[in-house]
Amino acid sequence: MSSWPILSVVTFLPILGALFILTIRGDDETANRNARYVALWTTLITFLLSLFIWAGFDYSTAAFQFVEKREWLGGAMSYHMGVDGISMLFVILTTFLMPAAILASWTSINIRVKDYMIAFLVLETLMIGVFCSLDLVLFYFFFEGGLIPMFLIIGVWGGANRVYSAFKFFLYTLAGSVLMLIALMAMYWDAGTTDIQVLLTHGFPAQLQSWAWLAFFASFAVKLPMWPVHTWLPDAHVEAPTAGSVILAAILLKMGGYGFLRFSVPMFPLATDMFAPLVFGLSVIAIIYTSLVALAQEDMKKLIAYSSIAHMGFVTMGIFSLNMQGIQGGIFQMISHGLVSAALFLCVGIIYDRMHTRQISAYGGLVHRMPVYAFTFMLFTLANVGLPGTSGFVGEFLTLIGAFQVNTWVALFATTGVILSAAYALWLYRRVIFGKLEKENLKAIADMNGREIAIMAPLVFLTILFGVWPQPLLDVTAVSVEHLISSYQAALAAASDVASAAVH
Amino acid sequence: MYTLIVFLPLLGAILAGFFGRIIGVRTSEIITSGFVLFGALLSWVAFFQIGVGGATLKVEVMSWITSGSLSIDWALRIDTLTAVMLVVVNTISGLVHVYSIGYMHNDPHRQRFFAYLSLFTFAMLMLVTSDNFLQLFFGWEGVGLASYLLIGFWYKKPSANAAAIKAFVVNRVGDFGLALGIFMIFAVFGSLDYDTVFAAAAAKSGETVAFLGFQFDLITTICVLLFFGAMGKSAQFLLHTWLPDAMEGPTPVSALIHAATMVTAGVFLVVRVSPMFELSADARFFVTLIGATTAFFAATVGLVQNDIKRVIAYSTCSQLGYMFVAAGVGAYGAAIFHLFTHAFFKALLFLGSGSVIHACSDEQDMRKMGGLVKYLKYTWVLMLIGTLALTGFPLTAGYFSKDAIIEATFASNSNIGMYAFILTVAAAAMTSFYSWRLMFMTFHGKTRASDKVLSHIHESPLVMLAPLGVLALGALGAGFLFSGYFIGGGSEHFWAEAIRLAKENTILEDIHHVPYWVKASPFVMMVGGFALAWLFYLAKPDLPVKLAVSMPGLYQFLLNKWYFDELYDAIFVKPAFRIGRFLWKTGDGKLIDGYGPDGIAARVIAITGRAVKMQSGLLYHYAFAMLIGVAFLITFFLFNGI
Repeated sequence: MSSWPILSVVTFLPILGALFILTIRGDDETANRNARYVALWTTLITFLLSLFIWAGFDYSTAAFQFVEKREWLGGAMSYHMGVDGISMLFVILTTFLMPAAILASWTSINIRVKDYMIAFLVLETLMIGVFCSLDLVLFYFFFEGGLIPMFLIIGVWGGANRVYSAFKFFLYTLAGSVLMLIALMAMYWDAGTTDIQVLLTHGFPAQLQSWAWLAFFASFAVKLPMWPVHTWLPDAHVEAPTAGSVILAAILLKMGGYGFLRFSVPMFPLATDMFAPLVFGLSVIAIIYTSLVALAQEDMKKLIAYSSIAHMGFVTMGIFSLNMQGIQGGIFQMISHGLVSAALFLCVGIIYDRMHTRQISAYGGLVHRMPVYAFTFMLFTLANVGLPGTSGFVGEFLTLIGAFQVNTWVALFATTGVILSAAYALWLYRRVIFGKLEKENLKAIADMNGREIAIMAPLVFLTILFGVWPQPLLDVTAVSVEHLISSYQAALAAASDVASAAVH
Repeated sequence: MYTLIVFLPLLGAILAGFFGRIIGVRTSEIITSGFVLFGALLSWVAFFQIGVGGATLKVEVMSWITSGSLSIDWALRIDTLTAVMLVVVNTISGLVHVYSIGYMHNDPHRQRFFAYLSLFTFAMLMLVTSDNFLQLFFGWEGVGLASYLLIGFWYKKPSANAAAIKAFVVNRVGDFGLALGIFMIFAVFGSLDYDTVFAAAAAKSGETVAFLGFQFDLITTICVLLFFGAMGKSAQFLLHTWLPDAMEGPTPVSALIHAATMVTAGVFLVVRVSPMFELSADARFFVTLIGATTAFFAATVGLVQNDIKRVIAYSTCSQLGYMFVAAGVGAYGAAIFHLFTHAFFKALLFLGSGSVIHACSDEQDMRKMGGLVKYLKYTWVLMLIGTLALTGFPLTAGYFSKDAIIEATFASNSNIGMYAFILTVAAAAMTSFYSWRLMFMTFHGKTRASDKVLSHIHESPLVMLAPLGVLALGALGAGFLFSGYFIGGGSEHFWAEAIRLAKENTILEDIHHVPYWVKASPFVMMVGGFALAWLFYLAKPDLPVKLAVSMPGLYQFLLNKWYFDELYDAIFVKPAFRIGRFLWKTGDGKLIDGYGPDGIAARVIAITGRAVKMQSGLLYHYAFAMLIGVAFLITFFLFNGI
């Protein structure tokens, strides 16, 4: 493939930017400005470099590409990086959204700007690392490490109630990660290696599969989040600064879904088969439950946070349908949600920066003063609702059609989600945007400025593009997902052969 | 040419929507109207080429979604059915565009209005030219969006916003069924292309499918699920509640979307899927039942409404019921024929009422009109033509299409056909009554309008009257000019591949052999309705009041539209909000958080006591846990790895 270690470069370039910011002296406005520009340029260059990954990506193979491998700790572990059709898009999504996150914080973050930018750059490295690492220990390091900068972002630059939220975040993730750690060790015990590429074909004993599956599930379910371990998310979103919410919703949540695809399904196929009904059940509950809760929200960010949980319900449902449409739909839904939820949080951020409140009742009639904003918000509201022609539709449709082939009840209940999402999303939009402009303090509100339009324009473009022409994304994932399914089915078939042989 | 027909309105919408302020109002109006009118011209060419020529044409645009065995293209399919719809959509849309130039001339957001109108036209064209179920769904939701935007066009009015959301959400309830139907089609047939599915459908006839743990007849289940979508879009009984409220939108919108085109999408769907409906008598039974019930129900409500637009809205609802009845008894040609003629006279009535409303300074209550004939002579003539066509006066458009439907119900020779026959005949009488009631209350008798209104009253400008004139020609002539093609002897050749009838389905032939009294009954009903309306509203104007007072229960029941809104509000809307609140506060708050993190946190704090100040300790907790983990891991590897 390519002769230079592109994945490492993309992964660690943000750290380099962070180090660069560290060298900036002083605490005045100039230093802040420099820090902002360094962060912006770093993320932009990282994004441009990451496009080489896509450009050089081989669509015809399910194998890992751009692989780098260095021995470490006496051969038990290795520094092993690589991407396949399942992980590659997440890398691009991360690098694509980071410049938007930096730009969104341009004026709203005024205290400890250097620290803030460093936190974000470190976070970027850790997030990309999660999607690239092909070694359990490395994965664990990135996966858990990513929480620290996020934690700081909420804890330092967050809203009034940030301590409670951060604490909740901490409790949930700690519980999940400890269990995952134990499972990782058990896997090493059994296979004698932490190399993911080897583990994928190892074939764990059925007993271990069940326990390890549950342990991983605990961690991923919290991350995603799934019902009933979702309550940290609305609080975290509400308290986080806009860019923090954007990254949280768009990337960090996706690590859970990615984890299912990278570990749970291929490494523990028997357990996956066994627990799929559980996931279906939780997904359906999540979709209906959180949609109803979203209807009752009074805080814009909370409403969108709950709607995120509902959308993640479609993802888990799709993944555990274990057919092409379901899994491809799940991945597509994650990417699409990455764009749409990021944009929605940015939309909230835009008016929050002006009015410093997220209460829905504080707004109304914004369309009179902010037509560009009204259009942008409308587009993403519709994408959130899953209107055909936006990327939101493709993911929802594929996951539902995937689930229908497996279980009609699940599809039936999940489809009610499309009714409820229309209700809460349009109801939100109406209260914020439509109506008469009556509140005095809103009468001077300004429409989106150039910077905000620059952040939104690419998101608008991609949301529509992938709605009309989703093929670029689906093509990337096709071969890898096919491979995932065929090896999953082979594993199930082998197990049932063994079982029937034992009976006779 | 077909690509142009479909995509010109989209281009117009983009130009007017995004660049409307740059290119100016007048340019926006001309561009959007011009594009659609040009499309209308091409549509008529297509109609004669495809319809009369009898070919089916496909234009591939690009691939849309490919995932495993699922493969869906953007493609245009032009057959007779599509050609008819193209003509209806583009003609009405073009005329409405022109009319709106006059009607909206005071509105500051005209560019946006025209952009929405063109966007709607595009979505509707995508719907009718679809070659697979998913593109149909795209158009289906697209028109729903445009309808939402246009109903809520006057976004300052809370009632308009509420109506817009209601329309979208109720439609989504129907779409829920449509989506499930589409999923099932894919699960069973492995494809969503019409040709593939319809070709394979006959072989699957009689098979059962496992759905929700039960075994159902496959084709019937699919048809009923799809019809559920049609009920939502076409405002049929149980899912009709959004249509009357949708009258909050500007009147040209009501004419285009909520009378002539969008609401007929459900009928289009049923006829499009006729190869499958032909295989399932049960599904057609259901369609007929709902259609006939709607025709009757909506007519009863229409009898007592006082808002001029709402009367016409219920009339639309009722006429859509007729179309479904026709499809239900297998007379698909008659269904589309009524769709075609109805588009002309109903758009005419709506735009005519718009002209009245415009003249009366936006007054919509008929109790504040009356005697307007001397001020609005042209409008009166045009409305009269529309009313004659709607009530089925001999040789007008409605006469041909509606009578054919009523005769078809009788000719179908079944119990459900009889049910439909009785209800549609009764509805015909009521149609005549409320239509003439509308005419009399608005134009005749003594005027009840205030002096202020009367001082401003004026006939509409030519730009509004000219489209009305064209529609009036259609309302008069569309019947006898085209009945031969749609339902006459040549209809088989005309429809060609677009409507495939089962061999035993000879209903279009049978309607010529129904007894004479059946043929006469719609006419008798029409005259009866007229006479009664004349008696009530011209001869003895105090009679309706006395009647309403003598039967307050029935009157209130009808006036409140059988209390459907109140019912749905009580069993769906309010509980949804209440449950949402409950799940949030009790489910998330008390149960999950209470026993989960907050509970644990309380324990932890109780145990560690005041040792650690939470604020500063948090991060260290976490880092400490990580450190222990990493240390543990390294120890583990050092012992095992070497």
